[in-house]
Amino acid sequence: MRLMPLVIAGLTALLLLQSPLLPAKEATPMAEDPALEKVVNEISAELRCLVCQNQTIADSNADLAVDLKNQVRDMVQSGKTQEEIIDYMVQRYGDFVRYRPPVKTSTYLLWAGPFLLLFLGIIVLLHNLRKRRLLVDEQEAALSPEERERLAQLLKSEEEKNKS
Amino acid sequence: MRFLLPLGLFVVIAGFLWVGLSLNPREVPSPFIDKPAPDFTLPQLHDPQRTFSNKDMLGKVWMLNVWASWCVACRQEHPLLVQMARAKLFPVVGLNYKDEREDALRWLQHDGDPYVLSVIDRKGKVGIDYGVYGVPESFVIDKQGVIRHKVIGPLGPAELQDCVIPLVRELEKATAESQISDEVKKACA
Repeated sequence: MRLMPLVIAGLTALLLLQSPLLPAKEATPMAEDPALEKVVNEISAELRCLVCQNQTIADSNADLAVDLKNQVRDMVQSGKTQEEIIDYMVQRYGDFVRYRPPVKTSTYLLWAGPFLLLFLGIIVLLHNLRKRRLLVDEQEAALSPEERERLAQLLKSEEEKNKS
Repeated sequence: MRFLLPLGLFVVIAGFLWVGLSLNPREVPSPFIDKPAPDFTLPQLHDPQRTFSNKDMLGKVWMLNVWASWCVACRQEHPLLVQMARAKLFPVVGLNYKDEREDALRWLQHDGDPYVLSVIDRKGKVGIDYGVYGVPESFVIDKQGVIRHKVIGPLGPAELQDCVIPLVRELEKATAESQISDEVKKACA
């Protein structure tokens, strides 16, 4: 029984020794030049990763994203502009690859939608406010002059009660 | 009357969501349909000394099938490809995508080789050129070297029967100007 701690320690040591041998994912190759890397990241942030669709290829570590980032890096190095690189990707993967959808006929609703909803909301709000004001006016108009005087008195006495 | 507006809104939103449920976000429509297949020249898998180019297939209707030994869905598709090869339906060229040559050869030896030949795309550059984002993917390419159809994910017997085979038969008969029949278009949509 006294051997147990020894065995455990031995096994732990073995695990620790082996851990560097576990297959680790290769780090993404960083270009030497930080300025280049900045441009690459800027362009990558505009491109959608098609495997993990809610990430840009700048954020994603999926194999395809890494490949596309390398492609972007190669193209920047060969002097392509951001526009040319994004065009290249769109030609291959369609508009979907743009993280920011382009404004065109099929996306008008997408771009205008939020403003349309805001507009509708404002109309509904104005409509309701007006309806409420009319309702208040109506109720006030429904009182006879005596009733109105009594109401004023009641309010006044209530106010005085609160003051004291 | 006062419930009509909320009810209407509910129906509209429910309609949008219902349609949204039936869409598959994995199927990104390929912008390549009816565009020339991107050119490549790559070493052949069985004999890396020799190269193959997509231009070698001009004049034939063929399929480019992107596969890899590490790709699980390719295993699902593979028996059908082998059957197709046995039936000699049309030539299928394999694009061995980001794979180890030994693994790829072992897979073909073990499970059968349905390809007239495979080419090695070690770095996946040609894959990027073809807009590949998942394996397997298959492209039907016509006699003029134009991509006419893309299958995303494993090819199934239904899609093969209803779309791919009729499409290939029509393309084989077609001249450069002729159109695909609506029937086939519908089956392939």
